[in-house]
Amino acid sequence: MAEEKDYFNDPDFIRALIMDHYQYPHNHVLKNGDYLSKHMASDSCIDDITVQLDTEDGIIKDVCFDGIACTISTASTSMMTDLVIGKTVPEARKIIDEYLKMIDHQEYDPDLLQEAVAFKNVYRQANRIKCATIGWNALKDLLDESEENDGRE
Amino acid sequence: MFDVNKVRQDFPMIRNHPDLIYFDNGATTYKPDRVIDAINDFYCHFTSNVERGDYDTAVKADQAYMNTRKIIARLIHCEAKEVAFTANITASLNQIVFGLERMILKEGDTVLLSHAEHASNLLPWFRLKKEKGINIRYLPLDKQGNVESDRLEELFDDSVKVVSLAYQTNVLGSVQPIKKIAEIAHSHHALIVVDAAQAVGHRPIDVKDLDVDFLCFSAHKMCGPDGVGVLYGKYEYLKDMEPIFLGGGMNARFDQDGNIILKNAPERFEAGTPNIEGVIGLGAAAEYLMSLGLNEICEYEKELRKYFIEKMLPLDNLEIYNPDNLSGPVTFNVKGVFAQDAAGYLASKNIAVRSGNHCAKILHELIGTDQTIRASLYFYNTKEEVDRFVEEASKISLETAIGVFL
Repeated sequence: MAEEKDYFNDPDFIRALIMDHYQYPHNHVLKNGDYLSKHMASDSCIDDITVQLDTEDGIIKDVCFDGIACTISTASTSMMTDLVIGKTVPEARKIIDEYLKMIDHQEYDPDLLQEAVAFKNVYRQANRIKCATIGWNALKDLLDESEENDGRE
Repeated sequence: MFDVNKVRQDFPMIRNHPDLIYFDNGATTYKPDRVIDAINDFYCHFTSNVERGDYDTAVKADQAYMNTRKIIARLIHCEAKEVAFTANITASLNQIVFGLERMILKEGDTVLLSHAEHASNLLPWFRLKKEKGINIRYLPLDKQGNVESDRLEELFDDSVKVVSLAYQTNVLGSVQPIKKIAEIAHSHHALIVVDAAQAVGHRPIDVKDLDVDFLCFSAHKMCGPDGVGVLYGKYEYLKDMEPIFLGGGMNARFDQDGNIILKNAPERFEAGTPNIEGVIGLGAAAEYLMSLGLNEICEYEKELRKYFIEKMLPLDNLEIYNPDNLSGPVTFNVKGVFAQDAAGYLASKNIAVRSGNHCAKILHELIGTDQTIRASLYFYNTKEEVDRFVEEASKISLETAIGVFL
């Protein structure tokens, strides 16, 4: 198993990374067209985000999101979009699985998660795990939906 | 003289968590020993069902249960037969809406509500709007959630049948001029329903003086146990109101053809085995509050809130939404920080507050934000706790809030 990079043990580095993704989130927009869309509003009465997915021939062409959300859900979803765009669906699933393992305080592969390793200590805040996973669970549902649609074609 | 340090000794949660600042009293309150002891006493010494047994412990349970009606009658100044026990205030409000629908409301009738109401005083009415075609109008509020009672007359026409309103709103703490609103409503032959969840246990309540038709509250927000609510109704309405739940304990007789004769109010609203321990605990809580004095509690809370606001207002990093209200929570945001993140920072400093929309999801029309932090006090909170709170609130920023996760 790969080792975490040292700078992920530097609080100032992680803080700057999370702040940057919160203040200037990546792919923070909703698109029209053929995107699959998942509105995560029922799980919690606070975070209210929508995640969208566009795939072609098993490759993730685009993932984007918008909504009202805390730093942890905004920044973690922003990092997620960076990680999965351009990947195959199985590759994206692997990344999501590793991330969810990390949040659950299990062994995980930091190389696959890159910047998202910033959230490695969220497991200590049990009430915020939902925030750290809301965007990732939305994408997981969208990948399921996308594969179901492909199966039907 | 109200002695807060003495009062604090009555609460096991405070004795067990001396360093936890609990400013989430709008969500629920701590329970004094005597409430917990009363519940224990029931289970250890006279566990029995009520209204059924012919033996000593059952009689004792029955008496304790019925005695709470009398205690609540003293607390809010009504008759014991006007007090029905429910599961919580949500159940009380749903019962009232259901009952009024059957009794008086018809398509085209209007109900007056406000944007500062809790979900439990909105959603049951929204269902009637959808299914029965009643109209909903909102009372005019100022920026801090207070009903502008001099603009009320214009809202009333012949279609208005009910006004349903919080006595003290749960996010901004606005105390509504209920007596005046009741008078205006009655002059237009409309009924008034009062959600007193955030008022009972915080101030003296006299339903006869207010002249309200219905008033309800939950035990757990006034030092009592969870799972018990009160529905007060003027007996002239309560006696004919149809209950939501049918079953044991609330019928007088029935036959195989489906003819049912209900018991009289209030028993007709208490189908099934009630929350006996909860009702007994509620009685103990109400007696405890009356022993401290509701006027004294009210004055102490107002003074503490005033001190709190005066300390919070100078902090540049905060936006406070209800500085001018005299009662209730202090509701605010830290500029540039999502409410839940700021609450997370406070939690890391052993301070309990609530963040979010507090079940008042249409309040944003008034204050322009969905998410706030609500610091809600009760009579066992202290100026020393306020000082520590303000010290930590002054340190909240995006950087420190994210620091919780590092």
